Amino acid sequence: MSSQEISEADLPHEQATTHGTAVAEHPFADPGLPPHKPRIQDIDERAAKRSERTVALLFTLSMLATIGFIASFVIFPVDKIVYVWPLGHVSATNLSLGLTLGLALFCIGAGAVHWARTLMSDEEMADDRHAIEATPEVKAKVMADFADGARESAIGRRPLIRNTMFGALAMVPLSGVVLLRELGPLPEKKLFHTGWSEGKQLINMNTNEPLRPEDVAVGSLTFAKPEGLEESDHDFNNKIAKDALMIVRIQPEDIKDKRELEWSHEGIVAFSKICTHVGCPISLYEQQTHHVLCPCHQSTFDLSDGARVIFGPAGHALPQLRIGVDDEGFLQALGDFSEPVGPAFWERG
Amino acid sequence: MSTTTASDAKRKAPAGERVADWADGRLGIYGLAKANMRKIFPDHWSFMLGEICLYSFLIIILTGVYLTLFFHPSMNEIEYHGSYVPMQGIRMTEAYASTLDISFDVRGGLLIRQIHHWAAVVFLAGMFVHMMRVFFTGAFRKPREINWLFGFLLFVLGMFTGFTGYSLPDDLLSGTGVRFTQGAILSMPIVGTYISMFLFGGEFPGHDIIARFYSIHILLLPGIMLGLVVAHLILVFYHKHTQFPGPGRTNKNVVGMPLLPVYMAKAGGFFFLVFGVIAIISALFTINPIWALGPYRPDQVSTGAQPDWYMGFAEGLVRVMPGWEINLWGHTLVLGVLIPLVVFGIMLAAIALYPFIESWITGDKREHHLLDRPRNAPTRTALGVAWVTGYMVMLIGGGNDIFATHFHLSINSITWFVRIFFFLGPVIAFIVTKRICMGLQRRDKDKVLHGRESGIIKRLPHGEFVEIHEPLSQAQLHALTAHEQYAPAEIGPTVDENGVERKPTRTEKLRAKLSKGYYGEGNQVPKATAEEYKEITSGHGHH
Repeated sequence: MSSQEISEADLPHEQATTHGTAVAEHPFADPGLPPHKPRIQDIDERAAKRSERTVALLFTLSMLATIGFIASFVIFPVDKIVYVWPLGHVSATNLSLGLTLGLALFCIGAGAVHWARTLMSDEEMADDRHAIEATPEVKAKVMADFADGARESAIGRRPLIRNTMFGALAMVPLSGVVLLRELGPLPEKKLFHTGWSEGKQLINMNTNEPLRPEDVAVGSLTFAKPEGLEESDHDFNNKIAKDALMIVRIQPEDIKDKRELEWSHEGIVAFSKICTHVGCPISLYEQQTHHVLCPCHQSTFDLSDGARVIFGPAGHALPQLRIGVDDEGFLQALGDFSEPVGPAFWERG
Repeated sequence: MSTTTASDAKRKAPAGERVADWADGRLGIYGLAKANMRKIFPDHWSFMLGEICLYSFLIIILTGVYLTLFFHPSMNEIEYHGSYVPMQGIRMTEAYASTLDISFDVRGGLLIRQIHHWAAVVFLAGMFVHMMRVFFTGAFRKPREINWLFGFLLFVLGMFTGFTGYSLPDDLLSGTGVRFTQGAILSMPIVGTYISMFLFGGEFPGHDIIARFYSIHILLLPGIMLGLVVAHLILVFYHKHTQFPGPGRTNKNVVGMPLLPVYMAKAGGFFFLVFGVIAIISALFTINPIWALGPYRPDQVSTGAQPDWYMGFAEGLVRVMPGWEINLWGHTLVLGVLIPLVVFGIMLAAIALYPFIESWITGDKREHHLLDRPRNAPTRTALGVAWVTGYMVMLIGGGNDIFATHFHLSINSITWFVRIFFFLGPVIAFIVTKRICMGLQRRDKDKVLHGRESGIIKRLPHGEFVEIHEPLSQAQLHALTAHEQYAPAEIGPTVDENGVERKPTRTEKLRAKLSKGYYGEGNQVPKATAEEYKEITSGHGHH
């Protein structure tokens, strides 16, 4: 340990604090505080009066601004919109209240600071510092007191009490931890399933109507939800967070991935809309290349090649939903996604 | 004794004094005032940065309390029928609807909301700059390490309070941020799905997260922060403020002006200045216009989604990280999200640990109340600039889409730039900063030894032209030479007193190496000595 300590000689010495007059002897010695230079207000009463008036003017302005605030509050209806150059069309209440409040506050501050800078003494003073550390005597007294207290408590002599007390104190917070169990359900297999299942029709998000293959044109991006899910449902957000689907039509000969082609219907492919990075909905589609881009973190997927990741931080391809056509000619799912949608997680495998 | 009391009692003390007496009898205020009323505070513009943080924190609390009177932290879905026409008939949570009401139906509500948000942005920015001030001047050294930690905690908690706060309106932008957080939580090995289910009360988004964020945002985090702010201020008072070296300023005193009246007026006035400026900004510049974003839906998103600036570097880490995933034994290790989370933690932890690392390297156990000029601690300054560079590069990464659209650049090249410069940038910044610091040290030394360049050219009788150098005053000489310089630590003797050879431990070797990097030859410029000065000024050593 002592070898860790740096030797005294290596440490810089305290700067000499003597007010050296023999400059030649100690040219860098501390000459002490420079003499105070009076300000114009210190010697000219007229200047001081001017400062006084400035401060009073600022405080008066503040009072006027507060009256302006109250007046604006009363005068302007909350929905009044006014045109103010260069801000454009803004809420009259917000602008007037903000400016008057800001002015009222700012003028108090400016007045106080001007007062301090021009009229209060600006003579610098020195205060002594005292070591934070206690003196050895104080430390010895504290140690002795502590030893007395510890001895009187007999905590060292009666280990049974000590150990059981530590045991009790260590265990009692467990009650709190146990209570936290009620915060939510266990994950179980919840993240592995979505609302899709065999036979569920693909419902167009915009029209709320089942989709037919001819509704999906080449170059368009269609969003769908499973049949039976309504926006007014209590848990719509929870459901759509996993079920959101995007549908595009690609010429079958352009589909590079074999399984993708198998799971498509006449070149119509359906992929999860939820990014496999951290779960943003993907919404940008480039028709020529069949790339889709997540606007949050720019993960880019190639929908013509199994939706594999071609750029960005996503770790795996978008899950594909196997689709077909039912007896009435509507697009339908041929099952749930074969893997969890959305961000990856430990149990995903 | 009794006679004096009797005669005193006849002269009735003024009302203020009687109130003070009453309070003193119960609180002992005279004792407190004796030590603090005329307490000296040094003056420097950079000491005001911390005040900006304190005042913006107070503004946030004041406006935040007002907002709670109108905000409904509920995820119950309703159809909007308020006064903002474009949103009428749209399904949204009560949280979003009540934020619309605050913005459009409560007179002054929008102003208070904007002040609250602007003050939060200023609060975090203030802390960032204040911490840089403390770091680059070495104000974190003994005895202030604990206060550095308090400040660090305030910064980190401030980030999370800000995040939980801007998530409350449940708008499309902030909901996307919450989704991102949930995705990041899922990436944690083993516990990820459990934490996510517990935090959200089930699957994302569930019906609980706004109410839970609400109690975290208005109670838990600000409660802790208020305690930390009070402790931070008590320690500032107790330690007394640091000061820059100069004539009359030593490690044993504090030079400046008294709390009463000067700092009462200046600091008190500054609260109103900060509040006033933030109010005016809020009147003129819209922040977080949630009505333009729409309510959150997990299947909708807008382009150009950005967190508040202080979360930008975390966003950058997540954006530029390659999407690594390892699938083994039926489990997935989501390195593409996990590594950014870990780096985020490491970058913050580095701030907290630095004072202890530096004091271990110097081995200096003394109190330091005189500030360093950044140039006089080149390695520390260079490390700080390197950290800030890495942070700023990640801020660019966090806004890579914004940079791409505004500067017409390829988002792929920006991402690659960030990936490379997150590692290269800090190295370059370190080297450049260190060179600049050493150059400034040399210039100081030159100034001390040869005086200030006056700009006056003199022609000597034999035709030579010289520039007149004005010698510095003793006060200036002192200020430029008052800093301390360490000698690099050596590895202790490798042979003990009995002549037995001892192998230096690995930590000893590391410490000696680091110490050399900080204070060794070529890593600082030895300051001018009195001997050098005397030799030059005595006239013999004509240059």
